[in-house]
Amino acid sequence: MSETLITGLSLGAVYALVALGFVVVFKASEVLNFAHGSFVIAGAYVTARTHELLGFYGAVLAGIAAAAVLALVVERLLVRPIRDAPVISLAIMTIGVEVILNTELIRRIGVDIMPLGQPWGADAVSILGSNVPVNRIVAVIVAVIVIGAFLLVFRFSPWGVAMRAAAEDRETAELLGLNLGRISMVAWLIAGILAGVAAIFLTGAPTPGLAPTLAAVVLRAFPAALIGGLDSVPGALVGGLIVGMTEAYAVAFQSELEFLGRGIGEVMPFLVMIIVLVIRPQGLFGRKETARV
Amino acid sequence: MSETTITAPENEVGKPPAGARIPGPTRGPGPRWLRPVLLGLTALVVLVIPLYLEAYWLQLGFLIAALAVGAIGLNLLTGTTGQLSLAHPFFMGLGALSYVVLAGEPAETSLGPVIGFNWPPFLAMIGGVVLAGLAGLLFSPVSARLRGLYLGAASLALVFIGLHVLNSAQPLSGGYNGRPAPEFSILGLSFGGAEEPPVVLGVAMGRAELQWYLGAAVLVLAMWFAKNILKSRVGRALKLIDGDPLAASVVGVPVMQYKGKVFFLSSVYAGLAGVMYALAIGSIAPQSFDMGLSLDYLAIIVIGGLGSVGGAVAGAAFVTGLPQVLQNFAPQLGFLDALGLTTAHLANFIYGAAIIAVLLFKPDGLAGIWRDVASAVRRRPNRQATRVSPGDRGLPGASPTDDSADAADTTGHGRPGDIPGAPGPSTATDSP
Repeated sequence: MSETLITGLSLGAVYALVALGFVVVFKASEVLNFAHGSFVIAGAYVTARTHELLGFYGAVLAGIAAAAVLALVVERLLVRPIRDAPVISLAIMTIGVEVILNTELIRRIGVDIMPLGQPWGADAVSILGSNVPVNRIVAVIVAVIVIGAFLLVFRFSPWGVAMRAAAEDRETAELLGLNLGRISMVAWLIAGILAGVAAIFLTGAPTPGLAPTLAAVVLRAFPAALIGGLDSVPGALVGGLIVGMTEAYAVAFQSELEFLGRGIGEVMPFLVMIIVLVIRPQGLFGRKETARV
Repeated sequence: MSETTITAPENEVGKPPAGARIPGPTRGPGPRWLRPVLLGLTALVVLVIPLYLEAYWLQLGFLIAALAVGAIGLNLLTGTTGQLSLAHPFFMGLGALSYVVLAGEPAETSLGPVIGFNWPPFLAMIGGVVLAGLAGLLFSPVSARLRGLYLGAASLALVFIGLHVLNSAQPLSGGYNGRPAPEFSILGLSFGGAEEPPVVLGVAMGRAELQWYLGAAVLVLAMWFAKNILKSRVGRALKLIDGDPLAASVVGVPVMQYKGKVFFLSSVYAGLAGVMYALAIGSIAPQSFDMGLSLDYLAIIVIGGLGSVGGAVAGAAFVTGLPQVLQNFAPQLGFLDALGLTTAHLANFIYGAAIIAVLLFKPDGLAGIWRDVASAVRRRPNRQATRVSPGDRGLPGASPTDDSADAADTTGHGRPGDIPGAPGPSTATDSP
């Protein structure tokens, strides 16, 4: 059963990376970024295209850079010019971006499955008597390091402090001379980097490589972000783990869940999300907006 | 605001406080004669089109009508009230599934037997709408409590649940192969397979022709209903919830209740759209109701203009018609092959770009362009007179309380001539 636990942890760590991207962008610029999944796919695509030329680690850097630059371009050219528009319009803007990017990326991927050339390939190691793909273990380690680094930056760096201040009270932050535009820019950049990192593991074993189905997988980071609370960094981590565990256990107990229909594992995270939101509409760690009348 | 606002909130529901971005009732754009003339012309064109166009275009028209009905409902929720929803395919799927099960016959398929109740199609259509509405009510603990963006992400869950149900509830839906939709019939008029279809002016009223008229009739009803809602007290309350929920609750709008109700209403529209969609395609299959449809819907209401009923219809025509038109002109679009693109890709690019362009350059969409054009047609001196001395000339249009339907269309941003936040005439009662 430890295999399921590790699968859940590993999936959860990767979902947390993606969910963190949603949360950072939402906190900094109040955009619910539907194009975030496209950043993940773009990162994976660039890594897959360049790994023979640059070697795996070079390709990973290229993929991360591509996702980050893409996020930056979307923020600067499309989101920023309408930053005073209603939040709904901002969200729909990212949907327009997503439609274009996904159409092009999925067309380029075609029906093939593109390997990303992870050096650990499909190797597996035996832990407590069960076979666990190395990819899952590397994913946990890297995710812990990246998230740790992010938390340090978020807690101590000038950007992190400024960003938290801005999320607390935008007007006061701006009056104090904080540059909200720059805060938002850095947030999108970081979201892009997180997307590029997550892409490596979402396409690794047991998944054979980059396929158009990645788009659907990335969508499961949405429940992760909402379960934790769209404006909560710790929430993204907890939400990621909840979604990862839910998925892993739903797959492990598939035969017992047969009465709910096949493929219930993919729907489970969404069901959990609805239950959480019925009880706590702002998510587990989200800030409740109260207003006295 | 005066004390009466607080002590007697019920009477103040529709009255926006100064500063809320809600325009007071104003004249619609364009000269007085423009609207009736255009309406008459449109009605005439709609009536005679089946006499001239081929079945292909009529069927496309019916499909557009189906999506337009759904889009009007979504626009009430998202455009007017500011509650983002991606769940429309779920409610459409539910409406379509209910129709197919209620009107269908029990049958054997390669995946096993399917259930059918053999209801008359019209009753089954009502059944589909009712069930979709019930599902909307069931979701209201979530839909009423969530703020706009949260609802958008949460409603995504319904799309996946819907797909899962369509795929696995094989006895109802026919599983991943789908299931044919029974032909519609009403008042003894069968839409398909009639031995001798009625002939009008030498044109046989076959399936496509009848569906065209059905689509037009349902669409007109759906538009009329939505416009009336928007013009009413409820509509103004919904706009206020979008503009400022706090102000809304201060003036006595039960915000949560209204959010739940408008979600219910939009799911009813979606259910009706789903039944029409099933009739238009002729079958239901899970992949017809996936997330792509959610995105199509948002594209429709943004391109048409958030909050505008007519815009939703125009947007539906654009987003639904575009791939079909492109496909029709595929031979002329030879450069696509060279680039490795299909017309479906091109259509996606165009409508993605259209969303972005509208949001960047024309936030009120096609409806906004229409208003600009109509305002330009209207003679300027006339307009000055109306503004300065309402009622002086005794024209019915000169009264500021004339609530033409287009006044109800706006979500409040940027119509030329509107002073943002200007109190409508109704607020006059506030000052002694």
